[in-house]
Amino acid sequence: MTAADRIDRRFAKLLVADADGAISHLPRAALASLFRPGDLVVANDAATLPASLQGVHRSTGEPIEARLAGWLSFRDPLRFVAIAFGAGDHRVPTEDRCPPSPLSAGDQLEFGPLVASVECLLNHPRLVHIGFAGSPASVVRGLARHGRPIQYAHVPERLRLWDVWTKIAAEPIAFEAPSAAFALDWRTLERWRDRGVNFAALSHAAGLSSTGDADLDRRLPFDEFYRIPHSCAAAIEAAKSRSGRVIAIGTSVVRALESAANADGTVRAGEGRASGRIARGAPLRVVDAMLTGVHQPGESHYELLRAFTDDGVLDHVRAAVEERDYRAHEFGDSLLIERQAA
Amino acid sequence: MLNNIDLKGMRIAVTGGTSGLGLALVRNLAASRARVAFVARRAQLVERVSRETNACGIVGDVGLKEDVHAMALEIAWNLSGLDVLINNASSLGPTPLKLLADTECEELQEALAVNVLGPFRLTKALFGALAASAREGRGAVVINISSDAAISAYPGWGAYGAAKAALTHMTAIWAEEAKDEGVRFLSLDPGDMNTPLHALAVPDADPATLKRPEDAAQEIVLSMLAALRENAPLALSPSA
Repeated sequence: MTAADRIDRRFAKLLVADADGAISHLPRAALASLFRPGDLVVANDAATLPASLQGVHRSTGEPIEARLAGWLSFRDPLRFVAIAFGAGDHRVPTEDRCPPSPLSAGDQLEFGPLVASVECLLNHPRLVHIGFAGSPASVVRGLARHGRPIQYAHVPERLRLWDVWTKIAAEPIAFEAPSAAFALDWRTLERWRDRGVNFAALSHAAGLSSTGDADLDRRLPFDEFYRIPHSCAAAIEAAKSRSGRVIAIGTSVVRALESAANADGTVRAGEGRASGRIARGAPLRVVDAMLTGVHQPGESHYELLRAFTDDGVLDHVRAAVEERDYRAHEFGDSLLIERQAA
Repeated sequence: MLNNIDLKGMRIAVTGGTSGLGLALVRNLAASRARVAFVARRAQLVERVSRETNACGIVGDVGLKEDVHAMALEIAWNLSGLDVLINNASSLGPTPLKLLADTECEELQEALAVNVLGPFRLTKALFGALAASAREGRGAVVINISSDAAISAYPGWGAYGAAKAALTHMTAIWAEEAKDEGVRFLSLDPGDMNTPLHALAVPDADPATLKRPEDAAQEIVLSMLAALRENAPLALSPSA
């Protein structure tokens, strides 16, 4: 990442759209002074895998990039859903990337020390299941050494793991960074604690935000696994019982919590799988507000905003974001959207 | 199990796990049924210790920035998180030991890279996992292996002593800062042990006057358990 990006992150902006649809602008550092005693902030503490693998399609000798996009079985590093690209790297916008050599089941792919085979295609020339040869530990070692974080053309410098792990990153299960959590640091958590604002985390294996292919993008987000610790479920129950609000840091937290929601607004602890999109009309049983990045209409992340507030408010948000030059990428500025008052 | 301590399910990472104190720790912890990952530089030794103890061996150099995040990823993935990190890997700096005025800047730099920056980077990369463990009621401890050379001014031990002093003070500050997150930090001085590192520093020492690394490892495990108990009501307790 460029030095300028790092500096920018400290001066990031925050747009707040409250429950009445009123919009205000704050420096993102003000996040530490937001929320009320008894509120609960829930973040996604997944660390990010180096999920982009450059290699060779063995039978044709053509270059191929596989972006791991989802677990077939949670935490089994031998089999993944993957998106394949032909020659090129992240500096070429994904929508301009060449397709890979035509793939068929059984094709061998070499990625540095790793060898994978295509298990099947999923009704799209780029979308495959792949399986790695070797033991789970050896595959993780190969990923750690050969894989690179998935990244996009707006950041030409090569990202390293330390660029894409949030401060709270714990178990490496995500394919792209749960980027809303870039807004958090340990000082912010300390300030919240001092003010009686509680904090909990879940681990959600966030998948790809974009593939560059319109057909595939319509299928996003893929099913995503998550784990909600007992301590997190208990914290939500405690917050609900004293009428505290639950603030989700990122869309992945909303997906996990609403997927595990009980009718009374509590959540089930344990592992689960979030599937489908959350969009307008979807009931939000758990989450009262969400911190997220700046998204465009049509993206699944934007559609999720519609579950929180109506299009009138979202139009105002879009206008304000454009007028004030909010940065839309994953290292950019933030929005805090409160669920509209009924 | 050694000494009837049952650490079943506890997730522990040790750096410098193929010789001296680190090896004794890996053997002790693995025998106590902890889930252990250890790091060392030489693939062959890593493989051998891994086969012997069934612990997960990771090849890497804590002194290299490029290695540390890969190491953190392998640790956190293989153990599905982390409860205890033991930063044990150490560098003496120049050997035979040199007076500071004879020490090259690069030699001091190397001692600082392994003894201070390495533990800092690895702890920072794994701090999220440790804090998660603390929030989940399992407790979380970072143990940094120190030395009396961090306190006493032994001539000839300049690079090592300065680096260990920095590590010890960093540990004390981190202990204060991380208290409310539930992550404990300990700086432990195992004493003069009969290890390859000590032999490098003091080749003519009489091994009979030196502590066995196995005894030092046992003391560290007991300190670790005491720290976990202090902090986490739900932490596993020894069945002793």
